[in-house]
Amino acid sequence: MIPAAFDYHRPDSLQDALGLLQTHGEDARVMAGGHSLIPMMKLRMAEVPHLIDLQAITGLRGITIDGATLRLGAMVTQHEIIEHAGLSCAAPILREAALQIADPQVRYMGTIGGNVANGDPGNDMPGLMQCLGAEFTLVGPDGTRSVAARAFYEAAYMTARTDDEILTAISFPATTGGYAYEKQKRKIGDYATAAAAVLLTRKGGTCASASIAMTNLSDVPVWSEAAAQALVGTACDDTAIKAAMAAMDADIDPGEDNRGPVAFKRHVAGVILSRAISRAWSRT
Amino acid sequence: MNDLSPERDNRIANLKGLGCSRKRVEDVRFTQGKGNYVDDIKMAGMLHGDFVRSPYAHARVVSINTDAAMALDGVIAVLTAKDLEPLGLHWMPTLAGDKQMVLADGKVLFQGQEVAYVVARDRYVAADAVELVEVEYEELPVLVDPFMALESDTVLREDLAGQTSGAHGERRHPNHIFLWEEGDKAATEAVLAEAEVVAEEMIYYHRTHPCPLETCGCVASMDKVNGKLTLYGTFQAPHVVRTVASLLSGIEEHNIRVVSPDIGGGFGNKVGVYPGYVCSIVASIVTGKPVKWVEDRMENLMATAFARDYWMKGRISATKEGKITGLHCHVTADHGAFDACADPTKFPAGFFHICTGSYDIPVAYVGVDGVYTNKAPGGVAYRCSFRVTEAAYFIERMIERLAQELNMDSAELRRINFIRKDQFPYHSALGWEYDSGDYHTAWDKALAAVGYDTLRAEQAERVEAFRRGETRKLMGIGLSFFTEIVGAGPVKNCDILGMGMFDSCEIRIHPTGSAIARLGTISQGQGHATTFAQILASEIGIPADSITIEEGDTDTAPYGLGTYGSRSTPVAGAATALAGRKIRAKAQMIAAYLLEVHDNDVEFDVDRFVIKGAPERFKTMKEIAYAAYNQAIPGLEPGLEAVSYYDPPNMTYPFGAYICMMDVDVDTGETEVRQVYALDDCGTRINPMVIEGQVHGGLTEAFAIVMGQEIAYDEMGNCKTGTLMDFFLPTAVETPHYTTDFTETPSPHHPIGAKGVGESPNVGGVPMFSNAVHDAFRAFGLKQSHMPHDHWRIWRIAEGLGLHG
Ligand SMILES: Cc1cc2nc3c(=O)[nH]c(=O)nc-3n(C[C@H](O)[C@H](O)[C@H](O)COP(=O)(O)OP(=O)(O)OC[C@H]3O[C@@H](n4cnc5c(N)ncnc54)[C@H](O)[C@@H]3O)c2cc1C
Repeated sequence: MIPAAFDYHRPDSLQDALGLLQTHGEDARVMAGGHSLIPMMKLRMAEVPHLIDLQAITGLRGITIDGATLRLGAMVTQHEIIEHAGLSCAAPILREAALQIADPQVRYMGTIGGNVANGDPGNDMPGLMQCLGAEFTLVGPDGTRSVAARAFYEAAYMTARTDDEILTAISFPATTGGYAYEKQKRKIGDYATAAAAVLLTRKGGTCASASIAMTNLSDVPVWSEAAAQALVGTACDDTAIKAAMAAMDADIDPGEDNRGPVAFKRHVAGVILSRAISRAWSRT
Repeated sequence: MNDLSPERDNRIANLKGLGCSRKRVEDVRFTQGKGNYVDDIKMAGMLHGDFVRSPYAHARVVSINTDAAMALDGVIAVLTAKDLEPLGLHWMPTLAGDKQMVLADGKVLFQGQEVAYVVARDRYVAADAVELVEVEYEELPVLVDPFMALESDTVLREDLAGQTSGAHGERRHPNHIFLWEEGDKAATEAVLAEAEVVAEEMIYYHRTHPCPLETCGCVASMDKVNGKLTLYGTFQAPHVVRTVASLLSGIEEHNIRVVSPDIGGGFGNKVGVYPGYVCSIVASIVTGKPVKWVEDRMENLMATAFARDYWMKGRISATKEGKITGLHCHVTADHGAFDACADPTKFPAGFFHICTGSYDIPVAYVGVDGVYTNKAPGGVAYRCSFRVTEAAYFIERMIERLAQELNMDSAELRRINFIRKDQFPYHSALGWEYDSGDYHTAWDKALAAVGYDTLRAEQAERVEAFRRGETRKLMGIGLSFFTEIVGAGPVKNCDILGMGMFDSCEIRIHPTGSAIARLGTISQGQGHATTFAQILASEIGIPADSITIEEGDTDTAPYGLGTYGSRSTPVAGAATALAGRKIRAKAQMIAAYLLEVHDNDVEFDVDRFVIKGAPERFKTMKEIAYAAYNQAIPGLEPGLEAVSYYDPPNMTYPFGAYICMMDVDVDTGETEVRQVYALDDCGTRINPMVIEGQVHGGLTEAFAIVMGQEIAYDEMGNCKTGTLMDFFLPTAVETPHYTTDFTETPSPHHPIGAKGVGESPNVGGVPMFSNAVHDAFRAFGLKQSHMPHDHWRIWRIAEGLGLHG
């Protein structure tokens, strides 16, 4: 498993990185933690004659909490997410999800930017970002723009980001209420058989708002508005949870693979979602 | 002499001999990253080889164009079958009496098969060049199902056209390899026909792979000046490799030196001879430079020796009271594209006929049909080609099925049918002589240790709670009682390519009283350097810390058949003890001379010879060693050396009682092993800590195999599990906690009573974990569900039983 030959670039500014992308066009690709890209290169499924390493660009790092708005630089690692006390307070679901990604070695290197930009339906952060209603900041030759996570994913490995853009930051509002990230996987280091991100708020005895996203159950993350709606105004009891499961089931489109056939995945997706809702509700 | 004197105890402790949990001497270098593996070997001017492999499972090779690859800077050569043909090396014999393509000769028979071999300046250039070799294929119909292969008009092995018999007798179909039978078929059928109770089941033990941490590889170095070929490699049987290399290449055996350096796990994966070795040797001969070839993980998983792929159709009969009366088994064995097992010539299904297990079964029959399919060849790994793991899984599943038919507790069914202690040596219906055992004692100890009755009560409560809708988790109790057959083996029965399966040890005592011992085996992580020194320490009274153990260099080590099939301790360990006794016999004469008494007037005492009745007059082994080199002793040659070649009179039969407890989530298919208890009886225990390590490792392998590990193919013959993302290797997180225990029933025929333990936990662990899954669903009527029991397959069981409501 040896990648094809490539040139390695390590720019120390965003402008230089964008310039390199311009110069080399299709032959260039940025690398963050490399833990999705390098395996693809080694399998020769990705050929990248010009590899642009973003590690030296300090402007892409850092976590800022500005009132109720959280901003993560694209190069923030999953490990940093787990360790950051402020973040764990303001949006604890992030830590809960990050802890279920891969293993510590991968998390030391893997970044939030790489995870969401990758477009792999197996990645956990895209669904989570949809659940959180995150915005992605993209910088390209024509300037800066912002794309909602819920509008970012088009197909497996196809996103709204154009080849000459770099994702620089992710922002989303702090969460209130209950949360849960529930994931079934075959082992540590495995992608999800099914995963559910759930955010709920409660007013009195009923659910005031909800957001639900599912991972690895379609070729893109699935933000299921209908599933969330099924909970709002209910006490998140069995009936409501069943309704949410049914609504979610209509939105996902899993494929068969080594993790199992479609019927199994649909069943597990339901169980995982029901567990996530119960846990989130218990935390409201 | 006062035997209980602390002084004597100290001397015994100082030896770190038999029974001592001595820390593994190997670990000092392994834990510091100072191991020396094949890929660590670097030689001046060394070139690198890499394979072009077939993307298809069955296809004709229409053409191979190497021009673009040859044009790449740094590429030295691209070998194809055409280049090997003049040397007669485009095919090679397998260890099972078949032959195998080295490089695709006109067609390919499995995905990942070697098609061309690129030799380049470095491995990066080699990998690039592989991409540039253009191969045109014409796809052929693919056979991945052995039952369909035996019906199909598609002929896989066209090279065998018209051959109605092979190395193991008649071939009744072009895709048939052999039918091998043992036992009394007619008598078994008669018993089954009349039986009060019969359980019948098809039991599939899926294809898997041992996936050693280090993949296979070699460095071949032909020195054209002195005509010597040196071959470093991941060889579990370096001497056999030397002999095969000599026979294949025509280079005289004394001009070949084979070296196995540190090996990062073998598990049978490194017994066979792979095309990579042959191509590297040829490339080195052609270029005059050393050539290194090391597989990557995908190549290792997809193209090297797999394990299992046995379809075992069983019938077992019993009286209403549960006394077993007969066993019938027919196996359809999927060997892949070539029969590349490493079996003794007599036994094309290895020792599968140990499948009567630990039970006194009066009459039995087995028949095994070997079949070619479009899958990777092998069948060597994970308990070798000896098929003992398959046999143990088969009988332990059949016992569970029979218990179901009898509506009986399966622990009790085992107890009723165990071979009794007083029946040893026991002659099985299928022809083995079990050396020793005490199964009832071990079983009772195990059941008591886990609190078996309490567990069953808890399980019954759980089933009730499940039925009431209070839980979605069932509880399974996995029972397994296995009898291993290891220590291959008696030369009269056992050979590899005609070479008897003896083993050897050669000892040299140095003048200052330390020693070196060399053996014909080779450690791949088993800790030979630790344990063999302990055997010797107890035999010759020299501390284990003062004994170097060396293996794996054919220029220095005595000839041996290598390490696999848990044979090292039973065979080479015996040779070590016997060579030690030769040393001791000579030492006795030297001591007597030095003490000026008759030979018979001295006796061995831990680390010295003492005058009988006057223990204060003695000569230590250290003094004796020195005297051996500095005194002229009448009637004795100088020096203190010995060599022993040991042909075991029988196999050894370790056994064990394993029990686990598992929770099974019927909705997600997830499982959690709550408890594992493993009692092993491997005869005399040389190093309890090493044994425990072996048991932990083997249980983890078993856990992996049962709970998810497989080499799976789609109907096109594409390997679906070629990376560690999909091939299940448990991490520390998934791996259960183990409790180990033991009984000690020495082998009566082994010099120190040791039986071997390396594979017991793999053999016994698989039925234990699998039985636990089955047991969880027993209350709902599950009879048989094939492994691996990964999440979706467990979900499918529950779905099939209507548990999803
Ligand atoms: C064994 C293993 C297990 C794993 N398990 C999981 C898991 O369970 N869940 C999970 O979510 N992930 C998992 N991963 C993936 C891991 O989290 C990756 O690190 C992550 O998906 C990508 O982050 P990265 O920083 O490594 O990105 P890279 O691999 O460097 O890049 C990934 C892709 O994103 C692009 N990219 C990266 N950064 C930017 C940017 N700033 N702007 C534009 N494009 C960019 C790259 O060009 C590339 O195409 C696993 C990885 C491994 C090796």
